[in-house]
Amino acid sequence: MAKKAFNPDIDAPEYKGKYSPYDIIKEGTIAVVVVALLTVVLAVLFSSPDEKAVTIKSWSNATPMDFAATAMTELDGSSGTATYGPPYNNAATGQQVGPLTLAKWMGINVNVNTANDFVVAPLSTLADQPALTSALTTFASASSSRRANWEANYSKGLSSGSFSNGVLQVAAANAGPLPEMLGALTAMARSGALDQALVTQKGFYTTDYTKPLLFMADGSFLANKAQVQHLSGDQWGMMNETGSYPGQAWLWLYTMWYQVPPFSTSWGANADALVWAFMMLLTLLLALTPWIPGLRSIPRKVKVYRLIWREHYKNM
Amino acid sequence: MTTEIDRQWTTRLRKRVVETLPPDKLLPDTQPAYVASWIYVFGVTTLAALAIVILTGCVLAMKGPLWWHLSGTGHFVNSLHLWSVEIFFFAMVIHLWGKFFMAAWRGGRQLTWITGVVLFLTSVGAGFTGYVSQTNYDSQWISTQAKDGINATGGGAFFNVLNLGQMLMWHIVLLPLAAVALTAVHVIYVRIKGVVPPFEEGK
Repeated sequence: MAKKAFNPDIDAPEYKGKYSPYDIIKEGTIAVVVVALLTVVLAVLFSSPDEKAVTIKSWSNATPMDFAATAMTELDGSSGTATYGPPYNNAATGQQVGPLTLAKWMGINVNVNTANDFVVAPLSTLADQPALTSALTTFASASSSRRANWEANYSKGLSSGSFSNGVLQVAAANAGPLPEMLGALTAMARSGALDQALVTQKGFYTTDYTKPLLFMADGSFLANKAQVQHLSGDQWGMMNETGSYPGQAWLWLYTMWYQVPPFSTSWGANADALVWAFMMLLTLLLALTPWIPGLRSIPRKVKVYRLIWREHYKNM
Repeated sequence: MTTEIDRQWTTRLRKRVVETLPPDKLLPDTQPAYVASWIYVFGVTTLAALAIVILTGCVLAMKGPLWWHLSGTGHFVNSLHLWSVEIFFFAMVIHLWGKFFMAAWRGGRQLTWITGVVLFLTSVGAGFTGYVSQTNYDSQWISTQAKDGINATGGGAFFNVLNLGQMLMWHIVLLPLAAVALTAVHVIYVRIKGVVPPFEEGK
């Protein structure tokens, strides 16, 4: 059988040249020492950012009207989370890559019912408040059309309402139990009790902050803070971190697609799914480069290797 | 004639290992003369940075996830962890591009290339889960932003970036285990196959 022809992009020539002394252990030790010293110098000079976490308490104290308006959208089902779809609920299909509804196929594994989990359930934990207990009973026994009517009336009042003397001032006729409920929830949030109630629904020990994070992400407090700290999606978003730190700079290619058309324009509604699909394709190309004709010839053709091995070629 | 000892699994495995990777390949004392460029520094720098990342991560793990917010020493260890990660990625990306321009997959080194790419992805995951486990504003913002990307792929059904416990476990157990195992495989392949020789000019 004929010997397979030598392909310079796949095969390597046999090296018959000289060998130099090489102390691999010494090299490794020097590398660790140098990197350790460099790390210490960078840590001393630049430290690391640690902006305190936002709480529902700090949000509702700083901007009580934004909190109340967000809570109202959680109750009437119009918030970002309430209308999200999988994996939180079935309010929408979720994003798609062409006809592929990946999120929907994987199902609802992180169940979130915003009206109950963010509003009704936390309020039900408050003891010794007869007016609130009665409001919750009225809400629970009302028909959905009646609730929708109250919610529409209260939302309207809330948009022109204010917060003074520690209470919500909302002029809303025919809002049923909602003034009592939203007033109590705002007071609960401002006391810090809602932070606890949102994470302890499954018991005393907790390591899951899905609910308070989704609730806060539906409001504008978290996002406004991000805007100031140059962290919004259109500011190259999550690859940055607070302060002037490099952040996850290695995510630049992933984050870049969100800034450019068509991902940022006509594909916007499915941008996340499409950017991920595109990045997976690029990653696959990178991983399989040795097997892709054309792509694997680039190094030989652009000749950057002549710079790397210039001593070798000089000595030939 | 093969003896019972020759047929033992242990004996066969030892012979296979020694044949594939004899001690002078595992710990060489010479190397081809063409290995003479600053670009070769970045592989070992990545390894050294990984060692510092793991060491500082272990100190943070010993004291728990909130320690670094409450103690000056903790904050300094966190800074060491952050900057060693930055050095790690910086060195790894240069290493990757250097190896690309050398077409370092040549001569039966494809698996070294692939493990390197998978290692890069694993490291991106490890870095990301670290960022969302910081228990501060950065982790709140990054996780609430990143959830949409992961949810859009369907991955959110299994990998909930808003669940601190889950992310911390991935960050300090699963991904470091994967990264260290892949690094071992990657380095062993490099030792078995050696450093890729230069292109032969004029062919």
